[in-house]
Amino acid sequence: MPEKHSNSDRDRTVSLRRRLMNSIMTLAAAAALVLVLIPLIAIFGYLCYKGLGALNWAFITQTPKPVGEPGGGMANAIGGSLLVLSIASLIGVPLGIGAGIYLAEYGRDRFGDLVRFTADVLNGIPSIVIGIVAYGLVVLLQGHFSALAGGVALGIMMIPTIARTTEEMLLLVPTHVREAAYGLGIARWRTTLSITLRTATSGVVTGIMLAFARVAGETAPLLFTAFGNQYWNWKVNQPTAALPLQIFTYAISPFEEWHRQAWAGALILIILIVLAVSAVRLTAGRGMLRGAG
Amino acid sequence: MGVGIQVRNLNAWFGKTQALHQISMDLAANHATAVIGPSGCGKSTFVRCLNRMHETIPGARVEGTVQIGDVQVYNGTSATQVRRRVGMVFQKPNPFPTMSIYDNVAAGLKLNGFRDRRALDEIVERSLQQAALWDEVKDKLKKQSGASLSGGQQQRLCIARALAVEPQVLLMDEPASALDPISTGKIEELIFQLKEEYTIVIVTHNMQQASRVAEFTGFFLLGELIEFDRTEKIFTNPSDKRTEDYITGRFG
Repeated sequence: MPEKHSNSDRDRTVSLRRRLMNSIMTLAAAAALVLVLIPLIAIFGYLCYKGLGALNWAFITQTPKPVGEPGGGMANAIGGSLLVLSIASLIGVPLGIGAGIYLAEYGRDRFGDLVRFTADVLNGIPSIVIGIVAYGLVVLLQGHFSALAGGVALGIMMIPTIARTTEEMLLLVPTHVREAAYGLGIARWRTTLSITLRTATSGVVTGIMLAFARVAGETAPLLFTAFGNQYWNWKVNQPTAALPLQIFTYAISPFEEWHRQAWAGALILIILIVLAVSAVRLTAGRGMLRGAG
Repeated sequence: MGVGIQVRNLNAWFGKTQALHQISMDLAANHATAVIGPSGCGKSTFVRCLNRMHETIPGARVEGTVQIGDVQVYNGTSATQVRRRVGMVFQKPNPFPTMSIYDNVAAGLKLNGFRDRRALDEIVERSLQQAALWDEVKDKLKKQSGASLSGGQQQRLCIARALAVEPQVLLMDEPASALDPISTGKIEELIFQLKEEYTIVIVTHNMQQASRVAEFTGFFLLGELIEFDRTEKIFTNPSDKRTEDYITGRFG
């Protein structure tokens, strides 16, 4: 087969150029990956370098010591962050998912466009402004700072991210999956909850985690809502400490010991966010069946 | 048991475009009726009007009457009630991707409030057996997703899922067009057995398939029912010139 022979000869000459190009492109992609990873590793490395020294068992089990006294920790701030973030999730997750369902399943009209636009604007509002709103809505009404006010501020911030990702993920579920459910005589609301939302679960969870990780590190909206607290607090209507707040207070203080603790607090915050996100990913992924997707 | 279907003066629209014109047909109980015709002739729209799936498309509209057994499809019965009596199998296999094989078959009952676990187990097994899939999946019912099966198995899973809600009529919209010849053969065999218990309406592009599985055949063209008769009459001695042109391959 002479024809095939000449063909493969030409392939060989071409393949040198192709192989070269292929190597260059692979290298370029690898370089891009490294460039992206550098800031991430740099931040984490610097945090470890600065924070690991002050990190010990006392730091995550004790409350702060008075100024000048060495030791103490941020246990109350870790607990406070958990409290505020739980309240925020209780507000942000159901409202966000509900709005996302509305937008995906019923929002193909002017009102839907308005909601979509509002959500995008809300997403762009500076977090300190949302803090002020929560101050006006909750703190002034209650007459004092509280974990609830902080939770409301962060919860409001979670809504647009969750709503828009939920919408996108539901729209990715193919029409033929919905039609299969309608064809079985399953009511529309049932289909939305048990078929469409279930099919989109992993994407919706990713959206929730994105929103959660974003608000977990917010300081500004907590300044005049959760306010901060030097002691333990598990009461919803009392001022409470939170990790970002504590880091902020310690970082701007004049004391060397507090600076070190601020670094350790920042390290703990990052670790807790990574742990929370991984835990949810694992539990959400564990229910997956072989071949599902 | 299957029940007959009476269609009278059925018209259907997509927005301003009329897709079906004055269709009247009597479909016999416990028989298979094939609906044939070139692309865009309205055959899919026709079967989707029988279980009110047509109206799920924005802007779609239906006029006329359809009676299935003693149920008026467009009068006094809700769409979900109609669809529980009329199962549907779609062109592309569409199992629920995140559900196990078992949950796929049980979905129609479970999501309509059926709670009896033991009865559910029996229904799932029976439906999978009716769909000739039981032996292939009985060991991985709850472990594997419906989407992990092959295309032909997925389509039989969809048939089992439709049968589990115990319908009287089974609508099949080109059920084998996405499948290989062996899977197609299995589906056709299945249609033969299912006729004993269900009334079957099958849309098909494949005229050999129509002649193999259906006792009656309706030929659609441009949204009109041109001819409706016994299958061998349609294929050997059609009364309308257009039917003859189509089945002899002059167009379509």
